Amino acid sequence: MEHDPFRWGRPSDQAYGEYNNSIAHAGQQQSFPKMNTQQPIVTGTSVIAIKFKDGIVIAADNLGSYGSLARFTDVERLFPVGDHAVVGISGDISDLQYVSRLLEDLEIENNYDYDGHSLRAPHIHEYLQKVFYHRRSKMDPLWNSTIVGGLDDSGKPFLKYVDLLGVQYSAPTLATGFGAYLALPILRKVVFEEKDVEKIDEETARNAIKECMKVLFYRDARSLDKYSLITITKKNGVVFEKGLKSEEQSWRFAKDIKGYGTQKV
Amino acid sequence: MTTVNSDYQSETNSTPIEHRFNPYSDSGGTILGIAGEDFAVLAGDTRHTVGYSINSRYEPKVFDVGDNILISANGFSADGESLISRFKNQLKWYHFNHNKKLSLKSSARFIQQLLYGKRFFPYYVHTIIAGLDEEGKGAVYSFDPVGSYEREQCRAGGAAASLIMPFLDNQVNFKNQYEPDSHGTIRKQVKYLSLEEVIELVRDAFSSATERHIHVGDGLEILIVTKDGVRTEYFDLKKD
Repeated sequence: MEHDPFRWGRPSDQAYGEYNNSIAHAGQQQSFPKMNTQQPIVTGTSVIAIKFKDGIVIAADNLGSYGSLARFTDVERLFPVGDHAVVGISGDISDLQYVSRLLEDLEIENNYDYDGHSLRAPHIHEYLQKVFYHRRSKMDPLWNSTIVGGLDDSGKPFLKYVDLLGVQYSAPTLATGFGAYLALPILRKVVFEEKDVEKIDEETARNAIKECMKVLFYRDARSLDKYSLITITKKNGVVFEKGLKSEEQSWRFAKDIKGYGTQKV
Repeated sequence: MTTVNSDYQSETNSTPIEHRFNPYSDSGGTILGIAGEDFAVLAGDTRHTVGYSINSRYEPKVFDVGDNILISANGFSADGESLISRFKNQLKWYHFNHNKKLSLKSSARFIQQLLYGKRFFPYYVHTIIAGLDEEGKGAVYSFDPVGSYEREQCRAGGAAASLIMPFLDNQVNFKNQYEPDSHGTIRKQVKYLSLEEVIELVRDAFSSATERHIHVGDGLEILIVTKDGVRTEYFDLKKD
């Protein structure tokens, strides 16, 4: 050990050889460029949503996948914001947690001003779109696709999508990820266009969403039959149902599948 | 690069592995602007797509931004919406500062500034604006993604531009049309089309594009500028 007052406590060069400074400065060394998210790591699959005459229904399962590994089975991907809105998030889970904190901050900040104004779905959507578009423009995206649902300023159902590129669109039925291929065709049979929304009640909308969650569990390999579902209406506000299970599954076809695995054909 | 001698030494690369995030996507759809003698129209379909998926059947992309100016920026929709919202914001400031209407000519020059300002990370859009010029005549200006622009009588943009533009050359500017019995020697005289004729032309252009292009369809929204203001007409297109 060095005993020189200015170098006190250091391993002595005589005993250990000269100190390699690149070890201490390993983090700051600019030999490797700064990197932003290039791919999602832990991911959540589809979010699906539909409008009905008094509000919206939205659902997302509770799985956090690590590639093809079903890593976390208790991830909540629906986030109520304020009294009339929900954000459903798919894609990277760490970015999801960051976005959920932004939403929390937004709500807290908004509640300081006791002015009777409450955050509604269109405001939250616009905020999120700005965040996502800003980050994609910095080439440092938040790797998510999200659906914002709730009621607009006039109390009518509101549903709008925004993703990692800042692309946004609204429709009476929306789905992210695999849901766009598997769930949307089923949901569009129930509500094809905006004028059909008036004809659909809560019961019908809920059943359609539940049916879609079952179809997704059958065919999306990175999904779970445990999911959360939120219904938003003017009358009841945000109704959060957690830990729902896809019921009445039928795997009878499985016994007829032959030709691989451990069976003898 | 000097690093600690370890079993993992070979796992650090001296150069990053090339796998870049792509900040653009194509949102499909197509737009069309035609100028008449005392009016202009700017039309767009309402389908929003990415790849083979139809995201929405009604997502309008032609906007009345005030001062009798219509704008549409077709291509990557996030860039298009960003461009238009920046234009609208600056238009508000223009009103505060100058207390007068912004002319279409000036709007065109300003949009060039907005587009060229992002020359090295461009807005991936084909922009068309429509309105009336200082003399009250219909005007259409069209832009490329980095701001080159030109005033024209008509212009199609977006996914089905290459399907619609030749039709427009023939039907608006009478290209390749000759006087009967002149054996192709005397060109047909160009003349202004009426609003009714223009709307029929736009509807035909879009229903034909819908037949042949998968990113076009669902609905057609036509915004019409006259000296009396802006009017919107909607027509269904095939939803298949």
